[in-house]
Amino acid sequence: MNQRENQRDKLFTRRALLLGASEMALVGALVGRLYYLQVVEASRYATLSDENRINLKLLPPPRGRIFDRFGEALATDRLTYRAVIVAEQARPVGIDGTLDALGNIIEVTEADRRRVVRDVKRKRAFVPVSVREDLTWEDVAKVEVNSYDLPGVSIEVGHTRYYPHTEAVGHILGYVGAVSEAELKDADDPLLELPDFRIGKNGVEKQRDADLRGVAGSSQVEVNAVGRVIRELNRVEGKPGHDVELTIDIGMQEFMRRTIGDESAACTLLDIHSGEILAMVSAPAFDPNLFSLGLNARDWEAFLSNPKTPLINKAIAGIYPPGSTFKMITGIAALEGGAITPDTRITCGGHTTIYNQVRHCWNRNGHGSITVHDAVKQSCDIFFYEAARRLGIDKLSEIAKRFGLGSKVGIDLPGEKPGIMPSRDWYLQTHGKSWPLGETVNCGIGQGFIVVTPLQLATVVSRIANGGRAVVPHLTRRVGGKVPEDRPNPPFPSLGIRQASLDIILRGMAAVVNEVHGTAYPGRITEPGFEMGGKTGSAQVRHLTAAERERGGFTLSKSIENEIPWRERDHALFMGFAPLSAPRFGCGIIVEHGLHPGLSAVPIVHQVLLEAQKRYLAGSAPSAQNQPGAVQKEG
Amino acid sequence: MVALGATLGGFNRREMSISQKLWQINWGLVLLVSALAGVGFAMLYSAAGGNFEPWALRQIVRFGFGLVAMIAVAVIDIRQWMRWAYVFYALGILLLIGVAVQGHVGGGAQRWLSVGPLQLQPSEVMKIALVLTLARYFHSASVEDTGRIFFLVPPALLVMLPVGLVAKQPDLGTALMLAMGSAAILFMVGVRWWKFALGFVGLCAALPVGWNFLHDYQKARILTFLDPTRDPLGSGYHIIQSKIALGSGALFGKGFLQGTQSHLDFLPEKQTDFIFTMLAEEFGMVGSLTLIALYILLMVYGYAIAFRSTSQFGRLVALGMVTTVFLAVFINMAMVMGMIPAKGVPLPMVSYGGTSLIVTMMGFGLLMNVWVHRDTRIGRGVGEA
Repeated sequence: MNQRENQRDKLFTRRALLLGASEMALVGALVGRLYYLQVVEASRYATLSDENRINLKLLPPPRGRIFDRFGEALATDRLTYRAVIVAEQARPVGIDGTLDALGNIIEVTEADRRRVVRDVKRKRAFVPVSVREDLTWEDVAKVEVNSYDLPGVSIEVGHTRYYPHTEAVGHILGYVGAVSEAELKDADDPLLELPDFRIGKNGVEKQRDADLRGVAGSSQVEVNAVGRVIRELNRVEGKPGHDVELTIDIGMQEFMRRTIGDESAACTLLDIHSGEILAMVSAPAFDPNLFSLGLNARDWEAFLSNPKTPLINKAIAGIYPPGSTFKMITGIAALEGGAITPDTRITCGGHTTIYNQVRHCWNRNGHGSITVHDAVKQSCDIFFYEAARRLGIDKLSEIAKRFGLGSKVGIDLPGEKPGIMPSRDWYLQTHGKSWPLGETVNCGIGQGFIVVTPLQLATVVSRIANGGRAVVPHLTRRVGGKVPEDRPNPPFPSLGIRQASLDIILRGMAAVVNEVHGTAYPGRITEPGFEMGGKTGSAQVRHLTAAERERGGFTLSKSIENEIPWRERDHALFMGFAPLSAPRFGCGIIVEHGLHPGLSAVPIVHQVLLEAQKRYLAGSAPSAQNQPGAVQKEG
Repeated sequence: MVALGATLGGFNRREMSISQKLWQINWGLVLLVSALAGVGFAMLYSAAGGNFEPWALRQIVRFGFGLVAMIAVAVIDIRQWMRWAYVFYALGILLLIGVAVQGHVGGGAQRWLSVGPLQLQPSEVMKIALVLTLARYFHSASVEDTGRIFFLVPPALLVMLPVGLVAKQPDLGTALMLAMGSAAILFMVGVRWWKFALGFVGLCAALPVGWNFLHDYQKARILTFLDPTRDPLGSGYHIIQSKIALGSGALFGKGFLQGTQSHLDFLPEKQTDFIFTMLAEEFGMVGSLTLIALYILLMVYGYAIAFRSTSQFGRLVALGMVTTVFLAVFINMAMVMGMIPAKGVPLPMVSYGGTSLIVTMMGFGLLMNVWVHRDTRIGRGVGEA
């Protein structure tokens, strides 16, 4: 040991201790960091860890069913079966081998095969890939029996909306479809974000979607870093959607649909006291089942290009000039406004000059001197021209609006149109000019600016026949077993029309159908006690040329009629009620381009009103408790 | 001198037999090393979801080999280690060049060399070779020698060559460890403070230049470290998930085999780089502190051996090995806790990996060797022993 080594040893010791101390300081830093992560921030990281591993899966609730008033199912969920393949389970044979084996059992097209191979490549090996949708029971059984030879193939069960009565109730029920971007943005229901979720797109399905949809359940699952489900941690069952019971009688509905046949028409049958819609058909219609699995492009094109507009519910969204059916309103308004009395006689000479315009009656020979009763019965144009002139447009408009024209009647369906009931104010606002007096006269016979929906026609006849009460048509009887709060219920407020005025018009309507010279006499109901009253109407689709008027205006000879293209023929309208003695049912119909109401519109309403009376008044209905009118006694 | 030494101390035997040396081996240290390896086996068993395959069993077999190698290293005469130090160094450099020339691509970097059926990581071997080389160089250096700047040029070159080669692979973590371990030895032999300061300033000046030599993924890693949210699903994802695993482990952990982050694969490379994270998740702060305590105990042993050793070579080797292990532990833990950016630095004795395990155990073998030969006199020159 020498001096030098001693010096070196001392230096080594000093520096080794320094090194050791600094190393301990670094260890201290590690411990500090550990403390920060595992104690100070522990709860935050615990949450993050749970968020990592726990996925919330939504469990879609079964959609509520829709029934008719007698409990017949109109919309239900049908189970659908699809074959899926899980790539990682198919490994022993391979995707191709498995598809070959499956192809020997059920049909697997070349396109299916390409799609499966493509999807398998794109998705993770544990994600099921659909091979075929909507398998038949037979196919399902075949696959299940052979499952041992089909590694990775399994059957998945899904729900699809099913409408057993197909197109007969298509417009009322609407349909369900995939959630659109806009719908996703407006609502905060997490269900809407499920890729396979369907919501109501139209009709009752849309109107009552919130009730039908139900509340989502949830399943907490533990997943790994690539999203594979390891196990279920917790499960909350959802609430199934409420069943909706409609006022519709599917028997009546299908009867109405059959009666309308191939016509392009819209018809509504109402209980005039309760406002319950017993049947409402817009024809042609669509089969809502086509939409459940997704409409194919060819069907869609066919719907769009059809001139009879099968996708539109014409009963609430089609607007037409009411034509002569409006004459009852003119009559009531004139009586109420004092322009005429029941005994006032106006002479019809076939034509008259009002406001410097020559106006013709449909009957070129004239009706002679007639009262309002006869004018309704024979649908005299001259009488109502004059009545309207005497009354003025604003009084006419005000009464017409009380009966439900010019605004939505408030049916519980989406897409209802308000129609137009003109007035001076309306004209000033829409045209910026003062009301042309000649239009008052046009309005008197339901021409000019007035347009109405077929539902409004039914509403008008109901409000006339029920003693002037503001009945509101509706479709929903019960939701989840309860009467919906938003439904208008009887007793309905009075329209403020004197019963005497209504009676005069009702008698006129009875005469239209049941007296020899009435315009609908050939279509009368002859069964005793079931007689109906009503009023016909024609709505011009185009204006008559002078030459045509020379040849006889509306009353063209058969040979010439047949030459008019379908699209240019007049619309035929009729509104009726029955039975005459104690009215219960109101019915309004429009047959597009139906030409003669007596030949197209009246026979349908005849059949419908007769059938309704037989069903409900003769006691042949399946359940007395659910009969129209019975609902009034319920809470 | 040897004769003199032999006459001075009664127990300073001239030569010990193998059995005497085995008797001298510090079995407490062996126990400590085995305890660390045992923690590793447990975590590898858990990492495989409660299976000995594919990691735990292989690690146990390697540990068996490592144990034999460790004892063998411990009983070989310390003077032989000193004699062959430069040869090992040369071999290590050759292997590193070999990697650079025909390296096997692994993990985006060339780190592996295939020797027959074995996969060798020369940078790990270099850790020991460099310690031995520097210890030999400074064994006979006096304080005056180390004060001369000219005397420090050869060791500086000896360090820079392997550091450069490893950095080129590129394996920044290991290069950093080699450089810092060497710096610790230079510090120990008494190199002046200001020279370290000078070297540090020079390094900082070289940083912008060095940045340009970095691979894009390395740049990304450093940038992501500075701002982990920069790339939450890429490079930053590992660190974020590691911190979540650590933090959610809390004080007592989620329980053995119960770590959700690791078992649901949110944690990357849980059997190698992130094995400490897994331990911390399953056993909490209690478990991680226990492991750190084991390492501290190991270091205390190392320091005690260094202080007890009578030869400069011996204590430099002892502290060099301790420091190398410490650096690996610190860098690995700091990395998984998001304190420093790094990758590919395994946790000594615990992480899965053959070369790392066996080289680390050979390092502990050298530590024991110093203990066994604590009183062996080593001359200035190799041949003089």
